[in-house]
Amino acid sequence: MKVTFPHMGNLYICVKGMLEYLGIEVTMPPKTSKRTLTLGSKYGPEFACMPLKLNLGNFIEASELGAETIMMAGGCGPCRFGYYAQVEHSILQDLGYDYDIVVLEPPDKSITELTSRVRQITGKKSWWKVIQSIRYGYLKSRAVDTVELLSFKTRPRELLTGETDRALNQALKEIDRAQTVEELKLAEARGSEMMQDVAVDSNRRVIKIALIGEIFTLLEPFANLNIERHLGRLGVEVDRSIYLSEWINDHLFMGLLKGIRSTKEYCRNASPYLNHFVGGHGLETVGSVPVYAKQGYDGVIQLFPFTCMPEIVAESLLPKVSAAYNIPLMTLITDEHTGEAGMITRLEAFVDLLERKQYQNYQGARSQELEVRMS
Amino acid sequence: MTTKVGIPRALLYYYYYPMWKDFFQTLGCEVVVSDKTNKSILSDGSKNCVDEACLPVKLAFGHVINLANKNVDYIFIPRLVSMAKQEYICPKFLGFPDMVKHNVENLPEIIDTTINMRLKTSEISNAYKQVGRKFTGNRFKIWQAYRKGQKSVQRLNELLLSGYMPEEAFAVMYGKEKDKLSSGGDINIAIICHPYIIHDSYISMNLIGRLEKMGANVVTADNLPEELVRQQATKLPKRLFWTLGQRMVGAGYTFVNDNNVDGVINLAAFACGPDSMTSELIDRTTKKTRKAPLLNLTLDEHTGEAGIVTRLEAFIDMVRWKKSKQLPGVALVN
Ligand code: SF4
Ligand code: SF4
Repeated sequence: MKVTFPHMGNLYICVKGMLEYLGIEVTMPPKTSKRTLTLGSKYGPEFACMPLKLNLGNFIEASELGAETIMMAGGCGPCRFGYYAQVEHSILQDLGYDYDIVVLEPPDKSITELTSRVRQITGKKSWWKVIQSIRYGYLKSRAVDTVELLSFKTRPRELLTGETDRALNQALKEIDRAQTVEELKLAEARGSEMMQDVAVDSNRRVIKIALIGEIFTLLEPFANLNIERHLGRLGVEVDRSIYLSEWINDHLFMGLLKGIRSTKEYCRNASPYLNHFVGGHGLETVGSVPVYAKQGYDGVIQLFPFTCMPEIVAESLLPKVSAAYNIPLMTLITDEHTGEAGMITRLEAFVDLLERKQYQNYQGARSQELEVRMS
Repeated sequence: MTTKVGIPRALLYYYYYPMWKDFFQTLGCEVVVSDKTNKSILSDGSKNCVDEACLPVKLAFGHVINLANKNVDYIFIPRLVSMAKQEYICPKFLGFPDMVKHNVENLPEIIDTTINMRLKTSEISNAYKQVGRKFTGNRFKIWQAYRKGQKSVQRLNELLLSGYMPEEAFAVMYGKEKDKLSSGGDINIAIICHPYIIHDSYISMNLIGRLEKMGANVVTADNLPEELVRQQATKLPKRLFWTLGQRMVGAGYTFVNDNNVDGVINLAAFACGPDSMTSELIDRTTKKTRKAPLLNLTLDEHTGEAGIVTRLEAFIDMVRWKKSKQLPGVALVN
């Protein structure tokens, strides 16, 4: 049984790690590419959201490499994600791809539904071993988060363009390669070192932008057209409202792991603008703006795929939040036709605006200071 | 002076208007419904709502604005989270009251009580109790109003089952003139669509009326009994968590295999999340077996009427031709 799963940024490092820990053979789809999207758009429903199309493309490409079983997350609404697996499976069947599909999602009736689904993948492995593997996959995601967070800091300050990405790729490779918990610890430490070794100008003034919005688009560089890299090169330090480890915990482990960075703070801050959960991460998107504003960020960029429902609700509220907290906002909606060049132009204009604002604030503060001194 | 409560002629108005009307009237309020959709209602809605929203949500914005201009004291737009156990309506319904409040200026007080029957069906009576307390301290009166409203919804459902469309049923219930149910057509066409699109003749480009003019008898998903659509929808590989989506899929499965139905039209809304999935499911899972041909149409603000009409006419011609030949199922997909 060769297991595959859809790509979402560096998610593969964790899921592959987890499955291999259990001795399960993994066939990964090739990295998401133009071809993936072309396949997905060709066979997927025209108005489906982009992640569905990319998933579909991934599965077709993985099948070409011999994958037989799909493992993916599910959900119970209200967002489309909870029905992705079923629609994708039906399309694959019609196309003649003979896949088994195992969906990890909160059970409808009893927990045995879930456990028997897990058993389909893990076979006779003991539950203890399964739990160990989950923990292992989770540790991998934490390691990925660590080096990525470091890359956010170094990218805008690097002396040699591209150094951060070179180091980051290397660090991720090490984390991916680690086979045991001990090796993983070493890899994480080495990876962090690599990131810290990137030569930077630590005095450079940077602009800080928070990327918020739909999780898949935030985490998958193909879907966000490498926005983190482009912003970094424009001298922007970014943060992301959701990290990989949080998604893993929420979706694959159904929130089993408690006490890790939680998005609860965002949800608390969404009121009075949005007062109810709306599926996906719509509530978090709205609530993250006040949080980032208070942390001194210069701007926020909301990212989501065309027709994404929770983010459309959020989009309609964000201008108010942005005005109330005096933090500039830009919304980027991606679809099959969004080009990288067009996006870069918009990013440049936005960064320009933030720089001017930062400069004015600085000038304003200085002249006030002078007035105080003179009086 | 009596308190005026405004109800937008949009979204689930088509399922709950009698409930809301009788509830508020029993509490002594005057109920004001927004005008029938017209060009300015739609354009006001589009102007005040984000571009990316679906047509029905933009339209609902327009109806809220229309009510605000009528000087009502309240506008009733409950937060319809869930109308059935373990189900939702749609993410946009969850956020709708907030979207309105933060985007439309000069609104009267909005009553946006949450109705959430996802975990407990009994929640619904609590929601109405909460609303009722705004108008009276008399618990008995609120209970009476709620019971009255419920009875009216039952009556509405009976009328829907006997073939009336929602607005026709309202006319019957509230004693206005009403033309008799037409059944003189030579073909039977079934429509699968959200109630708030198909029963709004402006945005649906009067699809029902057009079909009737072409000599068809029309039924919609809303004319089928709840148990039937739910039972049909169990054929899906997994329980569908959208109440309206479930009705559409269940109705789709029923119609395509019903010997009395000569053709099925699936009218989806552009950029509607649930529709993108349910249309795909209906089409794919019935492709090999369906008896009646299926026409998929997508509607958006910019859909040209001419294009739709041409396709409709071609479809009806094909249905008639097929009926005259009694050909076995020919699948028509676009
Ligand atoms: S969150 Fe948005 S992109 Fe993701 S499944 Fe839901 S609608 Fe699609
Ligand atoms: S179900 Fe579709 S049409 Fe209705 S509100 Fe949601 S997205 Fe809009």
